[in-house]
Amino acid sequence: MKLISAFAAVITLGATLSAALTGTAIAQTTTLKKAQDSGEIIMGVRESSSPLSFTTGNNQFAGYHVDLCLAIIDKISQTVGKKLNVKYTPVTSQNRIPLTQNGTVDLECGSTTNNATRQKDVSFGLTTYMTEVRMAVKASSGITSIAQLNGKTVATTTGTTSVQTLRKHQRAAKANFKELFGKDHADSFLLVESGRADAFVMDDNILAGLIANAKNPKDYKIVGEVLSVEPIAVMFRKDDPGMKRVVDITIREMMESGALTKLYTKWFLSPIPPKNTSVNLPMGATLKGLIKDPNDKPMEAYATK
Amino acid sequence: MNWEWQFFLRDIGDGETTYLDWMISAWGWTLAVAGCAWVVALLFGSIIGTLRTVPNRWLAGAANAWVELFRNIPLLVQIFLWYFVVPTLVPPLQQVPSFIMVVLGLGFFTSARVAEQVRAGIQSLSRGQRNAGLALGLTLPQTYRFVLLPMAFRIVLPPLTSEAMNIIKNSSVAFAVSISELTMFAMQAQEETSRGIEVYLAVTSLYIVSTMVVNRALAYVETRVRVPGYVGGGK
Repeated sequence: MKLISAFAAVITLGATLSAALTGTAIAQTTTLKKAQDSGEIIMGVRESSSPLSFTTGNNQFAGYHVDLCLAIIDKISQTVGKKLNVKYTPVTSQNRIPLTQNGTVDLECGSTTNNATRQKDVSFGLTTYMTEVRMAVKASSGITSIAQLNGKTVATTTGTTSVQTLRKHQRAAKANFKELFGKDHADSFLLVESGRADAFVMDDNILAGLIANAKNPKDYKIVGEVLSVEPIAVMFRKDDPGMKRVVDITIREMMESGALTKLYTKWFLSPIPPKNTSVNLPMGATLKGLIKDPNDKPMEAYATK
Repeated sequence: MNWEWQFFLRDIGDGETTYLDWMISAWGWTLAVAGCAWVVALLFGSIIGTLRTVPNRWLAGAANAWVELFRNIPLLVQIFLWYFVVPTLVPPLQQVPSFIMVVLGLGFFTSARVAEQVRAGIQSLSRGQRNAGLALGLTLPQTYRFVLLPMAFRIVLPPLTSEAMNIIKNSSVAFAVSISELTMFAMQAQEETSRGIEVYLAVTSLYIVSTMVVNRALAYVETRVRVPGYVGGGK
């Protein structure tokens, strides 16, 4: 009897807590209001998604999307009428969506693929980067195509869309390879570097960034067919039209003024920290088209083409 | 909160496996890692723990070193050491599957804790027990085998039960070296289905079920091996 009442107490407590939590979530639905009240905005950043978003050490973050978000935050500051403090919070592939939903992060500026599943939970800005999923291999391995992966070991990162891409491709190509899952991108790259995996399947920009920062960038190359094309965008809470408008207006203006192209050149075609090497990834045709005619369509819209 | 559990019956994209199948196989990996690591931990833990109490200074010192080495490094760091660093120093280990590496890593880590408990169990016995064994003409190993260890293990069975439950929970570090156990399933499946709460609830229940079964099983062993009238022996 005592046990049952204790159990009931726990359940009641749980229910009250969850009610309280939902209560705060509703109170914070508009990011602009939250920013105005607190005087700060929390930017979600990545540790190792160079050149989009990465750490330069000492809790400093930089990258194409970080710069883009700083411009967006300037715009938000203007909108709410006060200078906002920017607080950086590192996120991972696994926690970025929950953290954006629950308000730990206001604006996620990493390398998040905009797809239909995620659109049920969060909102995306206009697409600012198009990534092609390919693979990085050791230059000495002689691998140039997915077909050569039969019997080999392929690495990818837990909690990314590439895992599904790889799975679908394995089924279509009837290729038989062993999968390894790194816990983050740096880890997956280490799997290739240490010889545990023969290839690392991931977004080309991430691969290029990791290779640029490797001990000997010449030892690695990006090869193979394009496994999927994915629109990458900044992410924020869903059902927040005010926020969506500010984000999209900023991006649209930057696209029209050429500021975005300049930002692209800065991060993808010029030497970047920490090693002052360039990832050397010229802008693809899809992104060039998007700058002329911006949209926020999910990945599925591209697959049908 | 609107629940949605149907995704468990959805195909994960390879045309034959559902999320439920995947979760069951992930549960299997969790139990396999934990089970094998427990064998390693119990074997090494018992030997090392016993050695810590022997009169030979060198043996006891070596056993102490083992315990201090494995209990003073965080578990996740140990797993990475086994997986990435050790194979660079000893190239043949490159070929060893990550399952073996994680079983050894987790097993050795837990062996340090088991050793501490075994040592405590032996030292909790009065010194007269050892002396009586030796006085009867038993050799030192025989004294351990027939006098000290049978009592010591009975005494430390409750903390060992906690350790056995811990190893199931600690096996979640295996996700970091690419074993598709429950934690990795949770991370990947919640990303693919975006039903994180349901995924984590299901995975949490499986962890609870596994540890409760271990708990009950060892509690049964405890009652079965009880010596009436002795420590923890009841009436």
